[in-house]
Amino acid sequence: MSTPTSAPKKLGLREKYARMTRDLAWEPSYQPKDKIYPQAGLEGIKIEDWDRWEDPFRLTMDAYWKYQAEKERKLYAIIDAFAQNNAQLNVTDARYVNALKLFLTGVTPLEYAAHRGFAMVGRAFPGAGAQVACQMQSIDELRHVQTQIHTISHYNKYFSGFEEWRHMHDRVWYLSVPKSFFDDAMSAGPFEFITAISFSFEYVLTNLLFMPFMSGAAYNGDMATVTFGFSAQSDEARHMTLGLEVIKFMLEQHPDNLPIVQRWIDKWFWRGYRLLTLVAMMMDYMLPKRVMSWQEAWEMYFEQNGGALFADLARYGIRMPRHWEVSVKEKDRLSHEAWATFYNYGHAAAFHTWMPDESEMAWLAEKYPASFDARYRPRYEHWIAEERAGRRFYNPTLPMLCQVCQIPMVFTEPDDPTTTCYRESHYHGEHYHFCSDGCKDIFDAEPEKYVQSWLPVHQIYQGHCGGGSVPEVLRWYRLEAGRDNLDYLSSPDRQNWQRWKGEAAAG
Amino acid sequence: MQIDIRTTAVTPLRQTFGHVARRIGSGKPASRYQEATFDLQPEVNFHYRPYWDAGHELYDASRTAIVMDDWYACTDPRQYYYGAWTQTRARQQEVMERNFAFVEQRGLPELLDEGWKRRVAALVLPLRHVEYAANLNNTAVAAYGYGAALTQAASFCAMDRLGIAQYLTRIGLLLDSNGSALLDAAKADWLHAAHLQPLRRLCEDLLVVEDWFELLLAQDFVLDGLLYPLVYERIEAEFSREAGTTLALLSGFMDEWYAEHTRWIDQQLKVVAAASAANRERVAGWCRQWSERVRAALLPLASEVFGDGAEAVLDELEAALQARAQKKCGLSWAPEVAA
Amino acid sequence: MSNNRVYIALQNNEDARPIIEAIEADNPHATVTHFPAMVKIDADGRIEVRRASVEALIGRAWDPQEIHLSLVSISGNVDETDEAFILERHN
Repeated sequence: MSTPTSAPKKLGLREKYARMTRDLAWEPSYQPKDKIYPQAGLEGIKIEDWDRWEDPFRLTMDAYWKYQAEKERKLYAIIDAFAQNNAQLNVTDARYVNALKLFLTGVTPLEYAAHRGFAMVGRAFPGAGAQVACQMQSIDELRHVQTQIHTISHYNKYFSGFEEWRHMHDRVWYLSVPKSFFDDAMSAGPFEFITAISFSFEYVLTNLLFMPFMSGAAYNGDMATVTFGFSAQSDEARHMTLGLEVIKFMLEQHPDNLPIVQRWIDKWFWRGYRLLTLVAMMMDYMLPKRVMSWQEAWEMYFEQNGGALFADLARYGIRMPRHWEVSVKEKDRLSHEAWATFYNYGHAAAFHTWMPDESEMAWLAEKYPASFDARYRPRYEHWIAEERAGRRFYNPTLPMLCQVCQIPMVFTEPDDPTTTCYRESHYHGEHYHFCSDGCKDIFDAEPEKYVQSWLPVHQIYQGHCGGGSVPEVLRWYRLEAGRDNLDYLSSPDRQNWQRWKGEAAAG
Repeated sequence: MQIDIRTTAVTPLRQTFGHVARRIGSGKPASRYQEATFDLQPEVNFHYRPYWDAGHELYDASRTAIVMDDWYACTDPRQYYYGAWTQTRARQQEVMERNFAFVEQRGLPELLDEGWKRRVAALVLPLRHVEYAANLNNTAVAAYGYGAALTQAASFCAMDRLGIAQYLTRIGLLLDSNGSALLDAAKADWLHAAHLQPLRRLCEDLLVVEDWFELLLAQDFVLDGLLYPLVYERIEAEFSREAGTTLALLSGFMDEWYAEHTRWIDQQLKVVAAASAANRERVAGWCRQWSERVRAALLPLASEVFGDGAEAVLDELEAALQARAQKKCGLSWAPEVAA
Repeated sequence: MSNNRVYIALQNNEDARPIIEAIEADNPHATVTHFPAMVKIDADGRIEVRRASVEALIGRAWDPQEIHLSLVSISGNVDETDEAFILERHN
């Protein structure tokens, strides 16, 4: 073996990073490769050469520790200062806090799922470059769960509805929407998981979750949430880049991958879009001060930026996801249909609901000139009149859920916003119901998967949720009736807020 | 309209989340570690069976033969959650940065004997591949293990191992004035040289172990428990005697990391073994089985440095591991009965 | 379709301020929009963040990887080198 005598030289970032990652791996000879990586061939994706993997970013662990520690130091300094100054009292209004309840019970557990899911694919992929990128995302996601818990911990001390977030996520009816989304991705093979989460969710849709949420937090005086949100987003840029690289890599490796990848993009666009219904409602109804409407956000982040992305991918043969036109047709109704549903079922939700006040209705009418005054305002005015007459409306009947997205069947026909959309399929002698063509397509492609869905309403009727009555189910949810649920107007949160702020109780 | 808020009126309604309070007692404030750890992993009401493992749920306690009533007994004595972990590593990383700069600025690599460097390439640099396997093995524990307390620590461990593999890579580059011939030589040895083949075989065999707790034990307790003292204490002492402390300076992180790592893994074995006689027996059996194999895999490497004295060195290291198991984990195992 | 829009969004803070300034100077075709706590910069085809430009503004060495400390979001294909952080679309 010759000894090195070369003159000192500086390795470029790319070459140095390759030495730090993929050069660590070797071709095994004592164990067969498919035994070390048994999941690699499960889904029919053909990878000819993992060495062609383009690293989406080039952070070595020492640089990772350095930058991440700096982010963490800044973030925890703010979290500490927030708690010491009782800064929860600086938010615009206690109604805002309900957006955080939805976030902690619905989104934070998904960060945990992402942490574990990326550990799975970080072990399952045979290429070291892909492994490292996925593993790094896995610990980033753990960071996000934990910083969210630590930030919202302070709100939990002063507001109700946060306390049992962990217990609720695995049980409460609307939380099966986010839970089943991630269960779906994680129970798929590694290539589908990364297409679902890194590409369809992180790259195409996640901006709609974080950017409006965090700008909304800033606008509503919640500096702690802004800080964890933006701090998490700084990792997100790496994750989005991974999502794009994965898609390009699969498509460049073998032409047979195209139809598989396109089918996954279709499926996960629709799954993700339906999940974002909760965000649409949060943006238009739960922020006392609004940044932009759901419709504006969808136009900016999906129609414009998503359009550019898919135009870019057209050279690989990828087209826009199926049913994207429906998402555009729904953009002026999605949030209203969702909020009306939660208002209906406010007795079974772990956050408060309310009717928008006059100025908020004016904002909604301005943002949704074609739909709000014509279709939604009359309904709200009716409910407000009922509430004032002492008959606040709660819907006592459990809703039928979509077999795939698990949202109650409240969406309307793409071309007729006044008719509820119902679709159904038959499988092994049973009928299955769907909210949309998008969800029906997903079921029809993999019925054996979606017949397994743990549908909360079915489970209640089958007696698996603590009993058959609403009080029994709420106890099983660990949802304290009268405190965590019902209208904001009658809530202890509101009473405490008024006392803390020295505001006169307004009735 | 209010100007200031009387803080006495703003009293907390509760101290922490329900699942944390049920573990630590209600009315008590929880630590950041506790809130960031307890009960994070879902345990019930999964929607779909995994396509890649239809015999189990997504998270399933039966992926190991170890049985625990409560996997959250497996806490981390270092109390690492992401923020605590990454800030600790960042401080250590700064020290390492200074050490690398010190060695580079003083041109120390040029002063070292080429034969000595080639021996580092044959004996120390190939460990970057061992660390890569350790990274994958700990990632497997993080992925398929049970309970956030144990799996998050395995995640940190996996990334630590990647970091160590990268420090070893940097040592190779630095000793070679940023060339990669030493690393290439080390990799060729890893693939072909006789003194490393049993160790490579062991690493590949670990990559196919199915029981994640067995894997954790074999990798982080047994293999690390013999390899780290062998390389970073015994072999490194030989290298320092020959050529000064340059190598020791560049591997300072590994010493510090290993001392901390043993505290974590010892606690895991201790808690699991204490939970039931069946667990204890199984853990002891795995320790016995894997220490036999690891010892055999390390012998040719040790022989390169210690010649006929290698057996005696490994006897000492194995005795030290057994003493550690006894003292820290309450575990003992009889050596395999010779056939 | 001729949409080849890329964007970069950065936190609106002291660390990001010189980065935003450098982007504005080096990418005259870009549009800068201010949101609560965040600045979003859109452009057709390409946005470059150049190490030398940021260094000239802050008076110290700046590694393009430091941009990760202030980054909120991006759209486009990323190319990271020692000299620049680049977003681009080729269609």
